[in-house]
Amino acid sequence: MRVVSLGGDKRAWDRFRANRAAVVSAWFMALLALLTFFGPFAWPYEPNDISDLQFAAPSLSHWLGTDVHGRDMLARVLYGTRISLMVGAVGAGVSLVIGALWGAVAGYVGGRIDGIMMRVVDILYSLPSIIFVIVLITALNGLVERWQAMGLSAESAKTIQLIGLFGGLGLVSWLTMARIVRGQVLSLRNQPFVEASRALGAGHLHILRRHILPNVAGVIIVYLALTVPSVVLYESFLSYLGLGIQPPQASLGSLIAEGASQINPIRTYWWLIVFPACTLAGTLLALNFVGDGLRDALSPRSGQNKG
Amino acid sequence: MYFLKRLVGLPLLILIISALAFLLVRLAPGGPFDRERRPASPEIERALLARYHLDEPLWKQYARFLGGLLKGDFGASLKYRNHTVSDIILQGLPVSLTLGGLAFGLAMGLGIPAGFYGALRRGSWRDHGVSVATLLAVCVPGFVVGPILVMLFAVKWEVFPPALWESPRHVVLPTVSLGLYFAGKVARLFREGMAQTLECDFIRAARAKGLSETAVLLRHGLRLGILPVVSYSGPMLADLLTGSFVIENLFQIPGIGVFLVNSSLSRDYPMVVGLVLLYAILLLVLNLLVDFAYSLLDPRIRYD
Repeated sequence: MRVVSLGGDKRAWDRFRANRAAVVSAWFMALLALLTFFGPFAWPYEPNDISDLQFAAPSLSHWLGTDVHGRDMLARVLYGTRISLMVGAVGAGVSLVIGALWGAVAGYVGGRIDGIMMRVVDILYSLPSIIFVIVLITALNGLVERWQAMGLSAESAKTIQLIGLFGGLGLVSWLTMARIVRGQVLSLRNQPFVEASRALGAGHLHILRRHILPNVAGVIIVYLALTVPSVVLYESFLSYLGLGIQPPQASLGSLIAEGASQINPIRTYWWLIVFPACTLAGTLLALNFVGDGLRDALSPRSGQNKG
Repeated sequence: MYFLKRLVGLPLLILIISALAFLLVRLAPGGPFDRERRPASPEIERALLARYHLDEPLWKQYARFLGGLLKGDFGASLKYRNHTVSDIILQGLPVSLTLGGLAFGLAMGLGIPAGFYGALRRGSWRDHGVSVATLLAVCVPGFVVGPILVMLFAVKWEVFPPALWESPRHVVLPTVSLGLYFAGKVARLFREGMAQTLECDFIRAARAKGLSETAVLLRHGLRLGILPVVSYSGPMLADLLTGSFVIENLFQIPGIGVFLVNSSLSRDYPMVVGLVLLYAILLLVLNLLVDFAYSLLDPRIRYD
């Protein structure tokens, strides 16, 4: 957790590029994103098209097999991955905005306000986040139902619920971000160059923009990169519980849950669970490698002495 | 002194958390009696609400709840009538504690050696191999590991039973499914902490002093290198001991993990508040212990 100077950007970039696992993972993620957004145009099956061909094993016409309703698994996995990636990006974005603002204000203002704001974080930490999510989602579902009675189309109701899920995941994952940013800002606030700037008559906004923000950017990027996989994981957990993505829509978590519900001693439909599970694991692995690579590149101290 | 102050502050924190939980569960629309078998007539519903004092103003309900809490009474469950929240928790808690404790043992037993090995050989291909394996453990959630283990060990090879909680053989699959993620997490934290410690100046000084490598590693390195694991073990234990919804649901284990989600969904207010309080108290006490252990392990830390 060292301060990153602006002049170090190029060196940080070089360090990142020297990290083979991180670079390969970054390419993997870029390819996966392209595939999930453009792949469906090239693939003949739609994720929600029901057919009579139930539980078909992987074959040349259905590369990843079909599920209980005869839906093509490749189309569903692609669709689910897209939803999971979107959830990760938007959820982490929401958590970034709340966490960074909360932490920056607490650290910069300091004193009693800092104390109160951090106590709030402590208290929220000790409440299980699943309670928040359930309350948020059920409250939103109630609202949407009422709006639907007033003439909201089913299509936009689904969109609102999806946005609510994105936001809700962000709302429960900003606490660590706030703590990290607050610690950084607190230590920066008393640095000589900030005091010099203040002595020269600079306003709060100027100091925040010119001195504080550039110096915490590295830490924020690193933690943001590590928040994405944890949000993806949390969403898949929620979808597994049946609280996240609602069928017939799919995310990687809900696909795994569907696959797990088909386990029986008579026949194993391994492709229903192995393919979404491998996609989820691969995605999380790559995202974590990228995050670790960014951390090693942007915090010089941890990068220096390693082999 | 510092710890005494925090210990005194604990009841206040718990009070705030209880109030928050109390309000939060009531924010969700719908009530506990929405899913009765038959649509209840308005009179019946009113009688039910009155019986559980849900028709009173909120502050009065909360005061009643606090009064009960002082006597160690969390109230009656709204879903499982004729059972108090304490009854249900006490019934499931031993199971969850056992499973969580075993998973904690697995996490430490696998994670610490793996992390130690990686830290000693940092930079080598062995270290990278261990790193990938531990990262994989963190990336494959329990609801994936569980079904795959069941598919292989219970359905295909029939080594272990697929579900239930009866003999020691029933314990293996749930423990592994639950503990693997935490083992990966512990290994990563320990490798990181140990690798950083081993590059500190005082380690070089210890070596220069002529101490044996074992003494350097175990007496000086381990003491600081274990700190990240120590601070993580507070939240980890709180999570593990209060039960896991996924694992208990998957293996049909009668613990308390399934209740947190199910009671929030069925608006069983007293049950949710009781479980949230249990978790919060456990977490706060564990974190206090963690900080205490910190001050013992790291001579640089002083709390005033």
